[in-house]
Amino acid sequence: MPQMTMVQAITDALRTGLREDPRVVVLGEDVGLNGGVFRVTEGLQAEFGEARVLDTPLAENGIIGGAIGMALYGLKPVAEIQFVDFIYPAFDQIVSELAKFRWRSAGQYSCPVIVRAPYGGGIRGGLYHSQSPEAYFAHTAGLQVVIPSTPSDAKGLLLAALAGEDPVIFLEPKRLYRTIKEDVAEGVFHTPIGRTRTARSGEHATVLCYGAMVPVAVEAAESAAARGWSVEVLDLRTLVPLDSGAVLDSVRRTGRVVILHEAPRTCGYGAELAALIAEQALTSLQAPVLRVTGYDTPFPYTLEHTYLPDAKRVTAALEHVMSY
Amino acid sequence: MSVDETLHQVLDVSGRAIAPVPDVPKEDLRRLHRHMVSMRLLDQRMLSLQRQGRIGFYGMATGQEATVTGSAYALRATDWVFHALRETGVCLWRGTTLEEFICQLIGNAGDVLIGRQMPMHFSDRRVNSVAWSSVIGTQLVHAMGAAYAAKLQQHDTVCMGYIGDGGTSSPDFHAALNFAQVWQVPAVFFCQNNQWAISVPLSAQTASSSIAIKAAAYGMRGVRVDGNDLLAVIQVTREAVERARAGGGPTFIESLTYRMGGHSSSDDPTRYRDAAQVQYWEERDPVRRFETWLRSEGLLTDADLEQWTAEVQDEISRAITSAESLPAPPIESMFSDVYAQMPAALADQMKYALALGKGTHVEGAFPL
Ligand SMILES: Cc1ncc(C[n+]2csc(CCOP(=O)(O)OP(=O)(O)O)c2C)c(N)n1
Repeated sequence: MPQMTMVQAITDALRTGLREDPRVVVLGEDVGLNGGVFRVTEGLQAEFGEARVLDTPLAENGIIGGAIGMALYGLKPVAEIQFVDFIYPAFDQIVSELAKFRWRSAGQYSCPVIVRAPYGGGIRGGLYHSQSPEAYFAHTAGLQVVIPSTPSDAKGLLLAALAGEDPVIFLEPKRLYRTIKEDVAEGVFHTPIGRTRTARSGEHATVLCYGAMVPVAVEAAESAAARGWSVEVLDLRTLVPLDSGAVLDSVRRTGRVVILHEAPRTCGYGAELAALIAEQALTSLQAPVLRVTGYDTPFPYTLEHTYLPDAKRVTAALEHVMSY
Repeated sequence: MSVDETLHQVLDVSGRAIAPVPDVPKEDLRRLHRHMVSMRLLDQRMLSLQRQGRIGFYGMATGQEATVTGSAYALRATDWVFHALRETGVCLWRGTTLEEFICQLIGNAGDVLIGRQMPMHFSDRRVNSVAWSSVIGTQLVHAMGAAYAAKLQQHDTVCMGYIGDGGTSSPDFHAALNFAQVWQVPAVFFCQNNQWAISVPLSAQTASSSIAIKAAAYGMRGVRVDGNDLLAVIQVTREAVERARAGGGPTFIESLTYRMGGHSSSDDPTRYRDAAQVQYWEERDPVRRFETWLRSEGLLTDADLEQWTAEVQDEISRAITSAESLPAPPIESMFSDVYAQMPAALADQMKYALALGKGTHVEGAFPL
């Protein structure tokens, strides 16, 4: 099996999708000759031509609205938003249109559009190249929200999304684009949407996380092991649909929960997880459910590592739940 | 309103005057040139700082010095500027110091924006430069609205909205021009058409015969100017600004120029464009063109250039040294200005972040 970074794995998924299915098209700003600003679409235009790998004018509403039209008429578009921070000019197209086509047409029309976008901090990108807006999308009925944390998952989830029938917001942790290299299977394989991955098993506490926070949680879990605490790390992989069964199983076993995301705290996805646990696993809890999150401020440039949760903050939360 | 798609020029490519020269005092002509020279030197020095890892990001305006400087010159200090990545030179012309600019690039405690924004996202209320986001196109509608406010309050302020050629595809570009013309606001929309939006060439951005012609769709006056011709830029912008000031409504200016470098320090333009095209524009260099004309008018000597270069290099060096001696902004700076008054929940978060920053234990219930 070839070793790939997440960037290479996503490129491989796109190439596989384009090869296997003539309905697949890739569109976005700079995705053609330039191969995307993160090089995720490198080589695709050369292989599949300008009609299937399209550079667009600078208008996200055009990219997403156009992708919707393509999907209505039978294509499978994969739209790239250069940074998720630039998705808002298309927010209306995503929330009012993409998410609702199937429902408002009583199932007559569907929009299997995949919206790929790098998200998250840690690359000195400042306010508009670092945000984590997953909660906006998770809050919108009709959208699936997928966030991989490993190269292999990135490929398998993207191919599963391509095989699916509904729109997917596919957020890529750009901080992990090139930091991890692992074996990734060749050809087509699907990582099912709606299943968590156990990044590390444990018995005493559960850390729920996704995307770029998964390695942070694993680091904290490793240092907790030195103190005799066995910490389970669940990588959610998909926020919608959520694998609530796996989440609740783990929480019922450990009785202690820390929820971790880099998005701001208020109304972040962690609030949904905490509510789920309060509703369905309250009697298993041995400590309050804690959240380690970004602060309720815009994303700073210089102080980004103050803003971003790190293993130290997760460890502090683990100490609290373990000693409660 | 009509759109004139002919490219206005005062100097030809060789720096010879082919049309009447706008009325600009001699001392200003020299200052304008010095400013262009300093912009170019600044780009070189800052790019090298970036390569050394001393700043995180840089966006050059190399090749666009005349369009930046000439348009800035046509404004009054009281006018408002809604700009973006390529127009830092406008702020510098209006009084921003090199040190202030470099502090922003570093994002330190001396930065007017206290390290909140990525490098190059400079703005400063003292020079009426409005804080901008990276989201392309958004500032243009703000320029339109501010111009309406100025008109309503009977101020003689003109609002200048800058945009790139890529930005003319954004939804806000359309809204800005449409509203502005309907409301007859005192705004000027200035497009620096440097012919590239990262790797996307103008031909893939628009099928219009020019950028200027887009004004026709809104019933707006549109003009096209050789952006590498400082005198022509001054002439065309001045006319548009003074027309707006006098109640004559908005103008859309296309200033045709070329982005000589990469899109930014993160970009490698050799991946997507021909060296021959770069060479073609190298021969149309705006700084050299104006220099040739100044010399022919007896307004510039080798000694001037040598002196200016030495002065500017020294100013930049001193600004770097001084900016690099400043500390990072304090943790508190992340939490202020989210709201006028900090909500209690955010104050708790700040307390926690401060304790964590100092490595002290946070007592009581875990607040975050
Ligand atoms: C809404 C939005 N989409 C995408 C981007 C990413 N991006 C940054 S600059 C740029 C190209 C801008 O080109 P242009 O408007 O021509 O200005 P130039 O940089 O050439 O001066 C792009 C696509 C962005 N900043 N905002």
